[in-house]
Amino acid sequence: MSQWPDLLTIADNVRTGKTTATELVSRSLTLIADNKSYQAIISTLDEAAKKRAKNIDENVAKGKHDGRLLGVPFIAKDNFLVFGGETTAASNILKGFIAPYQSTAINRLEAEGAICVAKANLDAFAHGASTENSDFMVTKNPYDKTRVPGGSSGGSAVAVALDLVPFALGTDTGGSIRQPASFCGIVGYKPTYGLVSRSGVIAMASSTDVIGPLARTVEDTALVLDVIAGIDQLDSTMIERDTKKYTEISGNLKNARIGLVEEYMGQGVDPGVRDIINKTVSKLKTHGAEIKSVSLPSLTYALAVYYIICPAEVSSNLLRYDGQRFGYSYPSATSLQESYIKSRSIGFGREAKRRIMIGTHVLSSGYYDAYYKKAQIVRTKLINEFNETFKDVDYLLGPVAPTTAFKIGQNTDEPLKMYLSDVMTAAANLAGIPAISVPAGNSQDLPVGVQLMAPQKNDRQLLDLALGTERIMK
Amino acid sequence: MAKLTRDDVLKLAHLARIEIDESEIDRYQTELNEILKYVEQLQNVDVDDLLPTDQVTGLTNVSREDKVIDYGYKPADLLKNVPAVVDNQIKVKRIL
Repeated sequence: MSQWPDLLTIADNVRTGKTTATELVSRSLTLIADNKSYQAIISTLDEAAKKRAKNIDENVAKGKHDGRLLGVPFIAKDNFLVFGGETTAASNILKGFIAPYQSTAINRLEAEGAICVAKANLDAFAHGASTENSDFMVTKNPYDKTRVPGGSSGGSAVAVALDLVPFALGTDTGGSIRQPASFCGIVGYKPTYGLVSRSGVIAMASSTDVIGPLARTVEDTALVLDVIAGIDQLDSTMIERDTKKYTEISGNLKNARIGLVEEYMGQGVDPGVRDIINKTVSKLKTHGAEIKSVSLPSLTYALAVYYIICPAEVSSNLLRYDGQRFGYSYPSATSLQESYIKSRSIGFGREAKRRIMIGTHVLSSGYYDAYYKKAQIVRTKLINEFNETFKDVDYLLGPVAPTTAFKIGQNTDEPLKMYLSDVMTAAANLAGIPAISVPAGNSQDLPVGVQLMAPQKNDRQLLDLALGTERIMK
Repeated sequence: MAKLTRDDVLKLAHLARIEIDESEIDRYQTELNEILKYVEQLQNVDVDDLLPTDQVTGLTNVSREDKVIDYGYKPADLLKNVPAVVDNQIKVKRIL
């Protein structure tokens, strides 16, 4: 039995005095303290959270009790700028950084009464698929402590799976919300590119970065999305949101036209994962969905495209960490050049350095056309195939990842093997389309998520299908 | 495409203002070459005359009214994270 009812009920309980925001915050902080051994949390925001809770309780007593998330505690991945503590991106170079402003997503959640109680672990700068690239600690999977929780939003996924909070925020650049959600048996949502403001979130690869919720149910996911989605003057890459609420979903499956992605069901997929996806497909059919196999041949190249474009953008975004304006600064430098080099070399971990060097290489003159430009062109080809396929079906379906949660240490010596964990998720980021991981069952006691995708801006329709899928897979 | 040599790795590191420990150069060389070998499969993709994708939502010229919006950012808070401050300015090593 979960510690938490659904989000609307929690807020109602605060509104009607059945509980208080203060009680909820201290319950969450106690749970965080009791579950330290999972190493999901980098820091707690005790003082700020308690103060906010007290304010809410005082307002409720005075009859001021608006807010769809009144008193609901949540956790943010530590690449969100949040007041009340440090923002580190799990990197040594940002250790001690105090955000001078707050991310728009956090502001919007706070405006509805939600309270950020802690910051979750991640692969440093979100570079990874297991949370093992955190410069601080390795987070453990709630189903098996010898396994990874996935990544890079591993801490957020574990926080929700362990019920420390009813929802968390993550970021997804190539699968970083969906894959840990799949590994931890929860819902993880990657919105359409540009639907949620990225102001105040530490940039990784700007042409694919999105922000999204991790929660226990599709309905809670939809509510959080509804709160954070929509135009923000501080992010010029945004698109208009749906005029309807994202919570206006009924779970309809009848006549939903779904394409089962052939490229995601081949040899590389763990048989246990494939079984669960096949079971999901038959259940969906039983409930009236129309499912047929579809092929997008360029999906085979999506990961290669991603691992050119992503490091290229990473190398550019990480230039700002130069030891001069914020972050770690080498104290004994005698020249500016030495200050740059030492600050970055000591401050960045191995994965950041690898990505920076790959990015520098693929963008350098002489290699730009062969790597970066070619990747951008194949990206176009992939997008065209998505567009063609979506003329025929409304949704796509497949696994989130080829395996269940792998062992801690299993892929750390081979970066390329770790990269392959994104093989089924990166395409949605390259095309900017929404995608979700919904729990679909267990294989050898480890959770498996089914991935559903839809055309750009069809977030509400996708959540509708996800709700229906969740109901029949429970 | 030609593999990265030790010297190439050192040159890339320098371009990115990163220093690599002597003992780690071989490891980076191996890892970077494995990654490049994987992404080089794109060389064989037939792309006809397709154009590159820079961004996915088709937005053009996002503009707003040219007026100052007060978001409440405080210079003192912004300067708190700066390693060296003199007279409210960021101090760096001499450039010239």
